[in-house]
Amino acid sequence: MWFFASPEIVFGEDALSYLSEIEGKRALIVTDENMVRLGFVDKVIGHLKEAGIEARVFAEVEHDPSLETAKRGAQAALDYGPDWIVGLGGGSSMDAAKAVWVLYERPDLEPDEISPIETLGLRRKARLITIPTTSGTGAEATWAIVLTDTEARRKLGLGSRENVADIAIVDPALATTMPPQLTADTGMDALTHAIEGYTCTWHNDFSDGLCLKAVKLVFDYLPRAYEKGDPEAREKMHNAACIAGLGFGNALAALAHSLGHSLGAVFHVPHGRAVGLFLPYTIEFSVRGGKTRYAEIARFLGLPAGSEEEGAASLVTAIRGLLKKLNQPSTIGELGISPDEFEAELPKLVENAENDSCTVTSTRIPSTEEFERLFRYAYEGRNIDF
Amino acid sequence: MIKFLSNEWVKALCRELNQSEAYAQAAKNWEGDFYFIVEPGGPVEEPVIFYVDLWHGKCREAKIVADEREKQPAFRMSAPLSAWRKVIEKELDPIQGLLTRKLKLKGNMAMIMRNVKAAQELVNCCTLIPTEFPSE
Repeated sequence: MWFFASPEIVFGEDALSYLSEIEGKRALIVTDENMVRLGFVDKVIGHLKEAGIEARVFAEVEHDPSLETAKRGAQAALDYGPDWIVGLGGGSSMDAAKAVWVLYERPDLEPDEISPIETLGLRRKARLITIPTTSGTGAEATWAIVLTDTEARRKLGLGSRENVADIAIVDPALATTMPPQLTADTGMDALTHAIEGYTCTWHNDFSDGLCLKAVKLVFDYLPRAYEKGDPEAREKMHNAACIAGLGFGNALAALAHSLGHSLGAVFHVPHGRAVGLFLPYTIEFSVRGGKTRYAEIARFLGLPAGSEEEGAASLVTAIRGLLKKLNQPSTIGELGISPDEFEAELPKLVENAENDSCTVTSTRIPSTEEFERLFRYAYEGRNIDF
Repeated sequence: MIKFLSNEWVKALCRELNQSEAYAQAAKNWEGDFYFIVEPGGPVEEPVIFYVDLWHGKCREAKIVADEREKQPAFRMSAPLSAWRKVIEKELDPIQGLLTRKLKLKGNMAMIMRNVKAAQELVNCCTLIPTEFPSE
C-alpha cells in the first residue's frame, strides 16, 4: 500500500490571479522580508483583496527556518484567526507555512511532533496555498516540512500527508527575479529531487514518470535559465521543480539529500548547492551496490547506457558537465571550507547523515566508515572507488 | 531455529543487540524502552507483548510480558504477525511500515526519526536470529 498526494496545481502565465477567485475571509501570508521588498507580497494581497479576503503578513521566515520560527508564526495565526494560510517564497517560506498551519490547527503539538503517524485533523480552521518564487524545492507540492533544530545543529524532516497544500500556484512571473546563483542552486535541487525520487527504494509507478520528465526539463532548460534567464526557460524550470516535487514527494529522496542536509546544517551551505554537489558521488557509490536504475534515466536523456554501470557513468558525467556550466562547486573544498574546519566537523557530518531519513531509502546504505569516506572524497573531488 | 513468539526469541534479540558494535554505535544516545506487540489474528490468539529495554546502545532487559500494564514503556509498536515477519525478513522497511500504518506506534515519532540508523541496526539484529514463524 502506498499513496499519491497532490495539491490542485494552478500553473502558467497569470496563475497568481487565481487568488482572486478563492473564497474566504482572512489570510495569513507566511513569507520573508525579501518577498515584501520585491513587491510579491503586495501582489498577493491585491489579488486576495479582489476576492474579498483581508490579509496579514508574517515575514519572519529565515533561510533554513527553525522550530522557533514555526512556533512564532503559529502564534501569529492564532492571534489573527485566518481561514487561509499562504506560503509565499522559496522552500523555507513554504515549509514554514506548512508548519505554521499545522500548529495553528493543532496548538497542542510541538513542531517536531508533526509526523505521518498522527492523525492531525487539519482543515478545521484553515486551508493552505503554496506559491513558489524559486524553481527548485518543489515544496509547493510536497508534504515534507524541513525545519532546523538550531540547538542540535541538524535539519529535521517532518510532515504528514495531511499537510500537503490545497492549492499550489506555479506562476513563472514570480521566478523572473531570481539571480543566476539562486537559479543554479535551486535548479540543482530540482534535478536531485528528480533523480533520487526515481532511484530511491520507495520509487513507484505513479512517481516515476514525473521524475523522468523533470530530469529532462532540467537538463534542457536550466543552463538557459541560468545564462540568459529567458522566459521560456524560466517557465519550464518552474514547472520542472513542481513536477520533481510531486515525483520525489510521493517517493522519497536518497543519499545526496542525507549528505546535503548534514552539510547544510553544519556549514550553512544552500540546500540545492549541497545536494547537487553530492549527487555525482552518491550515484557512483550507489551503483556499486546494485539495484539502481540510473541507466533508465540515462537512456531517457539519450546518453550512452549499455549497462547500469555505463548509464550511471554517463549520468555522472552529464551532471558534472551541468555543474560546470552553472559555475557550481563540485567539491566541499570549493565551498571555502578549510581542511581544519572540515576535519573538526566530520564526526557531526557523519552522525547527521547516518540519521537522516533519506538514508534508509537509499539503495545502498553506507556504514559509518563509508559515510566518512564519502565526505572525504567529496571534499577532495575524488571519484568514488569503494 | 528459535520460535518467534517466545521468550527465547526476545532474549536472542537482546543478545544480538548487545553483541552488535554497529547497534551500540548507532544507538549510543538512545534512551527508551519498547513494547513490540504482535496483534491477535491467524495463529496468534492473544496479543504477544515483547518488552525490550534499550539504553545507550545496549539492551538492558528483554522478555515477554503477559499483562500490558506490567511496564510503562516509552514506545508501543504494534502490528499483526504478517507485518512483523515482513520487517524481520527485511521485506518491509519499518519507517515505511509506520507511514502506511501497517505498523502502529504510540510514542514520540520524532525521536525515532532522529535515530533512523539505530532503528535500521535493530532490524539488522532481528535478521540474525534463526527465526521459526508460526504457520499463517
